[in-house]
Amino acid sequence: MMDRRIRILGLGLLLLFLAALLSVNYIQVFAAGRIASNPANPRLVLQLYDTRRGAILAADEQTVLAESVPTGGLYRYRRVYPGGAVYAPVTGYASLIYGQAGLEASMNGYLSGNAPELATQSLVNELLGRPKSGGTVITTIVPRLQVAAARALGSLQGAVVAMDPRTGDVLAMVSNPSYDPAALATTDTAAETRAWKHLTTGKEQPLLSRANQLLYPPGSTFKLVTASAAFQDGMTPATRFPNPHVLQLPNTTHQLHNFGDEWCFNGAPTITLLQAFQISCNVVFGELGLKLGAARLAQQAEAFGFNGRIPFDVPAVAGRIPGPGYFATRLPLVAISAIGQDNVLANPLQMAMVASAIADRGVEMAPRLVSEVRDPSGRIVKTFPPRIFARPISSRTASDMTQLMISVVQGGTGVAAQIPGVQVAGKTGTAQNGTGKPHAWFVAFAPAAHPTIVVAAMVLYGGSMGSDATGGAISAPIAKAVIEAWLGK
Amino acid sequence: MPTLQQRRARARAGTELRLTVFAAALTACAYVLVVAGTTGKAPRGVAGFVAVIAAGYLAAHLATTRLARGADPAFVPTATALAGIGYAVVYRLDHALADNQFAWLLIGLALFVATLIVIRDHRVLDRYTYTIGLVGIGTLLLPMVPGLGESINGERLWIHLGPLSFQPSEIAKVLLVIFLASYLDRTKELLATSTRRIGPIRLPEPRSLGPLLVAWGVALVILFAEDDLGTSLLFFGIFLAMLWAATGRSAYLAVGLVLFAAASVAAYLLVPHVQVRIVAWLHALSPRYVENQGYQVAQGEFAMASGGILGTGLGQGHPGLIPAAATDFVFASLGEELGLLGTTVVLLMYLVLVWRGLRAALGRDDGFGKLLATGLSTTLGLQTFVIVGGITRLIPLTGVTLPFVSYGGSSLITNFILLALLVRISAPTPRAPAPAPGGTRAEGPPPAGTRAAASVDAPGDPSPEPAEHAEGGA
Repeated sequence: MMDRRIRILGLGLLLLFLAALLSVNYIQVFAAGRIASNPANPRLVLQLYDTRRGAILAADEQTVLAESVPTGGLYRYRRVYPGGAVYAPVTGYASLIYGQAGLEASMNGYLSGNAPELATQSLVNELLGRPKSGGTVITTIVPRLQVAAARALGSLQGAVVAMDPRTGDVLAMVSNPSYDPAALATTDTAAETRAWKHLTTGKEQPLLSRANQLLYPPGSTFKLVTASAAFQDGMTPATRFPNPHVLQLPNTTHQLHNFGDEWCFNGAPTITLLQAFQISCNVVFGELGLKLGAARLAQQAEAFGFNGRIPFDVPAVAGRIPGPGYFATRLPLVAISAIGQDNVLANPLQMAMVASAIADRGVEMAPRLVSEVRDPSGRIVKTFPPRIFARPISSRTASDMTQLMISVVQGGTGVAAQIPGVQVAGKTGTAQNGTGKPHAWFVAFAPAAHPTIVVAAMVLYGGSMGSDATGGAISAPIAKAVIEAWLGK
Repeated sequence: MPTLQQRRARARAGTELRLTVFAAALTACAYVLVVAGTTGKAPRGVAGFVAVIAAGYLAAHLATTRLARGADPAFVPTATALAGIGYAVVYRLDHALADNQFAWLLIGLALFVATLIVIRDHRVLDRYTYTIGLVGIGTLLLPMVPGLGESINGERLWIHLGPLSFQPSEIAKVLLVIFLASYLDRTKELLATSTRRIGPIRLPEPRSLGPLLVAWGVALVILFAEDDLGTSLLFFGIFLAMLWAATGRSAYLAVGLVLFAAASVAAYLLVPHVQVRIVAWLHALSPRYVENQGYQVAQGEFAMASGGILGTGLGQGHPGLIPAAATDFVFASLGEELGLLGTTVVLLMYLVLVWRGLRAALGRDDGFGKLLATGLSTTLGLQTFVIVGGITRLIPLTGVTLPFVSYGGSSLITNFILLALLVRISAPTPRAPAPAPGGTRAEGPPPAGTRAAASVDAPGDPSPEPAEHAEGGA
């Protein structure tokens, strides 16, 4: 009867195996999700490195702004940013500890391969046992412009945005100080933590792009908005305004002075709007602001996108102008706001959009940074066509404004932006900010007759010139360099 | 005109050949996949690898059909397939380890053949009951010899002889199973008799409890002196199973379980790392223990859970994160990359080995062979359960290897010898006579002419199951 016991023993072992099978099923099927998502599972982090995150390419589809390269190590792929700090305002970073920013954040679904458009491809890869691959993001950035803008800005704090006014394509977007995103894409947690601490503490805040994420007083470049409102209201470049030495502001003893406390046009009794614009006459634009009124000024600014939301592929802050309620008890400040001071704020992206509306005959295109997304096999899975953002001004106003801006470069404050053989239209700005070292602005487009590029350049805190800085002296040459790079001059 | 038995043997040989070719193909495929999966390139020198593996597997097959005619055709293909899968997983984890494992696999196959050559009739082993028993115990205690033993992970499992290191508990296990089969076969009637009863329970003779207490003592020594939980548990489990199979006395099981419980409580109270194992068993995934006491078990579970049903594919997961990924936790590594599919197939393959082993036991008419096959099969089954159950937190983790799959020479070699014994027992020994049984067993080399002397059926040969009579209607 030993046989019977051997059979019973066999049954006992069979039961043990069934228990083991059940246990394995529990872990690998029923509770698999819960167990695998335990925060102590190191795979959660490693899986992020397992994905061959898609590349971010320039408009030429050749220049790599960001890509993942195989390492052959435990962390399967490493994110590299060949352009480093120059392209950081565009790419942002992809950190496993601190998350993503820039296009790395907004295009994360495509880059990581999780977006529904890439689902089929991902499934195929999974079935074939290939590592998961993300889609390729094609940007509108033109490397030679990006590099030209970065070189022109040099080490000065500030930002440059270049756009194609016909499509809204952002051709270059540079900000200083910047950072190398690779420092936040390491596999060395300690080094990355140090880098993060270094980047986020202190005054510089290089992770924030001056081009689109922060706001500064736009100074006289805001006269583009004020003048547009005037033309929309039926005034012309020839409309005349009194030309006193200083503007006595209402309900106060304060006065509005011209730059350097000068007379506009040697103290002619009246000057035209064009003349006032050409030499950036604060007194006349103060008069104009008061004449238009707070509500009209804010309305026109909002038509250009101020106080609103700018649809953009990376976080963007729209310009800001206080509402009529603010001015009700502060009437003199309407005049100050009309010249882009007081609480009027903007950034190069916002000002480039204003100029692009003028350049594109009153049609303001939404800024576009990404044109399309391809799957790993090169198939286009998503396109982002150009979109109209607004029609803030008539084509008539646009052509009047163009005339004003041409005069600035031809014989006004922006002569430094002249390019032989190309008619450049522009506007300078020298914005006081309470430090005594003004922000220098220049907003321009070219060729004036059929503009293909808009540039907004901003140098913060006087750049290399300190309190002597002006938009015409410091920023106009930067804009000029970018336009020349674009037009191949 | 071939006899029925010859025809059957030939059919079995054919079956085994086909299955062995399949096992070799499986090994080759796993190898190609794992190289491609880890390096992203097609492996070079596949042909050489396939040739060597196929030659090794076929040698085992030929040895079986030539030296153990009519043996069960399931053993060699199943074990070599497991070894092939194990090799692929080890290769995936560590190429250097894989080179060793490959050598051990070939040595294991060679020893498989050698065992079949040397042991033409398993009953020869029945002659050396106490020699084998003493060698077994001695081997088991080797790691305690000063200067020879080495403690790894708090467990004193290893001995070192110059450059060679060896885990003696592996081979000791087989030796002790042989000893127990021989010893219990001889004493089972004695052990099964009972004269006293307390109520409905009939107690064995107090002196019959001797062997049980000795085995328990050995298990305690392994547990406390060598800190080897797994071997201790395994050894005692095998012993109880064999004792029960031999005598049919449930009382032994009851007393054995009481002794086991007592030892467990003592171990829990006295051995710190037993407490760690218990905590890990109960709370491995809780935030409080997941990074310390529960770390290894949790890492194993993470691997298996991440593998899911289909697994990540060879080379696509991160089994390297598991401590002891290639040895004790190889089942978790396998679970991550081959998924539930892989783990289930592997478990079923062990079930096949255990089932066929027990069938071999049923097919024998000598008590020693029966007990030996039962003991060896139980060893395979219990060891697989102890490690798989430990990894999946069915029971507390005690480190033992997964037979044929885990990295390690001692384990691989021992299991191939164990396999050879099962193959041997499963083969009919038509006119092969049993060595002189009964009380006339000689300790020492078999005298010349044993075959002739034993060709007459010995009168004392235990006829089927005399013990049952004593048991009555139990």
